Amino acid sequence: MTESGGAPAMGRRLHRRRAGDAVSTFFYRRRRLYLWLLLAPPLLWFGVVFAGALFALVWQSTYTFNDFAMQVTPDLTLANYRALFAEANLDIVIRTVVMAASVTIASALIGFPIAYYMARYTRGAARGLFYVGVMLPMWASYIVKAYAWTMILSKGGIIYWVVDRIGLRGALDGLLTLPYVGGSSLSTSNLGRFLVFTYAWLPFMILPMNAAIERVPANLLQASADLGARPWQTFRTVLLPLAFPGVVAGSIFTFSLTLGDYIIPQLVGPPGLYIGTMVNLQQGSVGNLPMAAAFTAVPILIISIYLGIARRLGAFDAL
Amino acid sequence: MRSERGAAPKAPWPLRIMAWSGIAFLHVPLVLVAIYAFNTEEAAFSFPPQGFTLRWFAAAAARDDVIAAIALSVKVALVATGGALLLGTLAALAMARRAFFGKDLITLAFILPIALPGIITGIALHSVFRLGAVTPGFWTIAVGHTTFCVVVVYNNVVARLRRLPPSMIEAAMDLGASGLTAFRTVVMPQLATALLAGSILAFGLSFDELIVTTFTAGHDQTLPIWLLNQLGRPRAVPVTNVVALMVMLITALPIVGAWWLTRGTEDTSGSSR
Repeated sequence: MTESGGAPAMGRRLHRRRAGDAVSTFFYRRRRLYLWLLLAPPLLWFGVVFAGALFALVWQSTYTFNDFAMQVTPDLTLANYRALFAEANLDIVIRTVVMAASVTIASALIGFPIAYYMARYTRGAARGLFYVGVMLPMWASYIVKAYAWTMILSKGGIIYWVVDRIGLRGALDGLLTLPYVGGSSLSTSNLGRFLVFTYAWLPFMILPMNAAIERVPANLLQASADLGARPWQTFRTVLLPLAFPGVVAGSIFTFSLTLGDYIIPQLVGPPGLYIGTMVNLQQGSVGNLPMAAAFTAVPILIISIYLGIARRLGAFDAL
Repeated sequence: MRSERGAAPKAPWPLRIMAWSGIAFLHVPLVLVAIYAFNTEEAAFSFPPQGFTLRWFAAAAARDDVIAAIALSVKVALVATGGALLLGTLAALAMARRAFFGKDLITLAFILPIALPGIITGIALHSVFRLGAVTPGFWTIAVGHTTFCVVVVYNNVVARLRRLPPSMIEAAMDLGASGLTAFRTVVMPQLATALLAGSILAFGLSFDELIVTTFTAGHDQTLPIWLLNQLGRPRAVPVTNVVALMVMLITALPIVGAWWLTRGTEDTSGSSR
């Protein structure tokens, strides 16, 4: 500590350091005070901004919306929650949940081989390549990915081009005439919307599955093989049960992300509201914030139930 | 344990094909965005592209609305990252090693803004700003982004602090360092890359965020909102393509870099948004 500067400068520096030390010693002896001082800013922020926001949401869901004047008045009512049970709204919920479930199952089926291959058959640089190969699409901008898919699915886009080249146009058109799946073209069909959702959330499924498979000890698989199990038997009776919590953990992401999305259903697929588009419509063009707020209770309820099931299946240990 | 360290076993070929085609599927849209940005065609998405040109990059750079959207997105991301760094690091320092009543609740509060569907966080913020008669604009966007960015900084810093053996701090203090000196010379150097990775993730998260932002932005356009509005305007396709490529690169590349920084340290950098 005796590098440059004359004696007075050094004295000043020593003095300052002693003051800092005194403060740090003071807090070192009063851990609880120190802890709460550290925690105060984040707690204040989340208490005021976030908890305040959630409270404001629930509070305003009980306001009254006047259909004639198109205005919100602060008269408290439960009418918005009653309206959730209207048949049209139940249709919206069922439509969204069916899509979320299909996307989840497809992501698990497509993602598992990738996660399994990554965890069991790659080392070093190859594994790094696979990680980047999953993380790059995961973090590449959401809106850009959705935009890319509107280009891919459009007439004249790459899918129609490839299908024409290999002479399967008839098969694609036939597929699009099917009920539920079809539509007048790929970009207005449920099939198209399903593809975009599956693409968008697939990496969120792969990473937890990969982590769970990595944690399965290799010697268990060797033991299974030593005891005479064929590879498929080992996979089905040893690996899959042990890795399953990872699949459930991934499904939390794919399911809840689909449930709350409102951009992709606007860009791709047939008309017909989703939970997200309904909330957005009520809040935006209708101006019925109370109804929009009440509607957010639906995904919260569904996700809570889903999380309850996931917890039972051990998903939280795999996160 | 020999098999763990040695060369990877050879995968059966159907598995290899499925894994590699899965990775290819994940990259097709990204590659297409990159290709279309250089396409000469003006009004459609026809495949294959018609020709190669760089002029849309100049056209995009000359658009005031594009520049304004980029500037707003960068400013918001910087403010949100700063806020998240401060709040996330403070929380991590307090919570890394100690168990206390209500700790799980606090962790939950950090995760919720990002775990809840964006539309819920968004409309909740919208309703509190409306209840408080706050005019939406730059600061409402930044406040929203800060709220959901805290968790990525917190996760990175807390993971790093937990791996730092307490004996190192004790050794420093046994050797006469004060708490402050021990923090400055022992803890801080260990935290540096975790802080860097956390801020890159927070920046990327904020720069790319669309759903919460649409509810807190009012009339201001961040870059993702600009892109969203652009989707309904087929005439401006080339400029949109260029901007899409830029957004993709700005968001994804630093995040891969952040993962590289914290690789092999059990940090959960990119594993949950």
